[in-house]
Amino acid sequence: MTDEAAVPVFADGAKFRFDRVRDSWVVLAPERLFVPDAHAVEILRLIDGQRSLGAIVDALAARFEAPRDVLARDVADMLHDLADRGAIRL
Amino acid sequence: MTRDRPEPPLALVAELTHRCPLQCPYCANPVALARASSELDTESWLRVFDEAASLGVLHLHVSGGEPTVRGDLATLVRAAAALGMYSNLITSGVLLDAARLQALAEAGLDHVQLSLQDMEPGDADRIGGFAGGHAVKLAVARQVRAAGLALTLNFVVHRQNLERLPAMIALGETLGAGRIEIAHVQYYGWGLLNRDALLPTRAQLDAATTAVEAARMRLRGQVVIDYVVPDYYAARPKACMGGWGRRIMTVTPAGRALPCHAAEGLPGLVFPSVREMPLAAIWQDAPAFARFRGTDWMAEPCRSCDQREIDWGGCRCQAFLLTGDAARTDPACAKAPDHAMVLAATAASAAAPPSYVYRGDRRTRENVR
Ligand code: SF4
Repeated sequence: MTDEAAVPVFADGAKFRFDRVRDSWVVLAPERLFVPDAHAVEILRLIDGQRSLGAIVDALAARFEAPRDVLARDVADMLHDLADRGAIRL
Repeated sequence: MTRDRPEPPLALVAELTHRCPLQCPYCANPVALARASSELDTESWLRVFDEAASLGVLHLHVSGGEPTVRGDLATLVRAAAALGMYSNLITSGVLLDAARLQALAEAGLDHVQLSLQDMEPGDADRIGGFAGGHAVKLAVARQVRAAGLALTLNFVVHRQNLERLPAMIALGETLGAGRIEIAHVQYYGWGLLNRDALLPTRAQLDAATTAVEAARMRLRGQVVIDYVVPDYYAARPKACMGGWGRRIMTVTPAGRALPCHAAEGLPGLVFPSVREMPLAAIWQDAPAFARFRGTDWMAEPCRSCDQREIDWGGCRCQAFLLTGDAARTDPACAKAPDHAMVLAATAASAAAPPSYVYRGDRRTRENVR
């Protein structure tokens, strides 16, 4: 389980940017390329080194009609997955 | 998706130079090294980077030779960063210091991949032929992190050092590497000549796999460990370069564009120069890039195999080196007509006493700290 107070950041050496050639957001890391779906992009755009996991979930809950606990699980799963692959630090 | 318009490349490997202060016997550089005078100049590289970014390249791997021998390295890195490309410096580290790393970090470098020949300073230096190189590398690894740069440690492993893999991983952890890459020697050139001495045994591989799995669990979320079983033991070949002309483009020091750094050794292919043709035209139109792209070139057993768009028939260079025909199925594949020669090599590894003499088998604990 993830502590909602944890502040996720992009790992050293990870870059989140828009790729105009492919018309999509990408996360670039050493020898890795992740192409997040629209939902993941919304989450990643909220990562600013200040917002905690809980604050990210709150921000999403204010915009999307989904139960907060469902959102919280989604966000934690996605960020843990990217953390395991070296793109995010939690 | 049209057939005649390939997907844009994801990565460009810019071999800035063939010059290098080390002399590793397994070096992948061609024997006929480009001289400094024939290297692309700064302006040309800047144009190539520009063309690469417009074509869709996301990752720029700055390599060599030893790319840090180029005095314009920071200028090139700065240009790549301005174009939004992810820049990765692939280096032996021996020419770097804190000030230079700081300057590269300020220029926008994203990542440093530092190669270590081995754990044991004596052996590592003997292989690299650069006295004191190992100690310098360890210092450089710390300076990379101090400059705020992400670090990958790359270890080349083989029969003679595979048992030291846990110590290698521990070293990477100590030095603050976010990624550790453990790469088996490829059995090309020097590696092929010394294959019997370098090819690990099945038992060694099983121990290595167990060690990697344990380390991955322990370091989850902190260190990524990339480890690939050598294709001689894998039953399926590797998807070399992610498929010929599909993801990666290499430009040599003299400006030749290649689908893979070793492709210049294949006969009958003409590789265009970036001095004469824009990168996009080379990628899309050059016959050498189209030659083994996709699946149309394949014969059986690949042609009707359900893995053909996963491994793309394996490595063309390995097929050529082992069979003399670059268009054959990679002999590493268990379905390949030439697979028997790979089986013979792995069977021999169980018995063969190494013919490549590797001095000093002392433990490495004191060097890990
Ligand atoms: S037969 Fe060809 S496509 Fe099938 S697994 Fe072997 S190399 Fe890959």
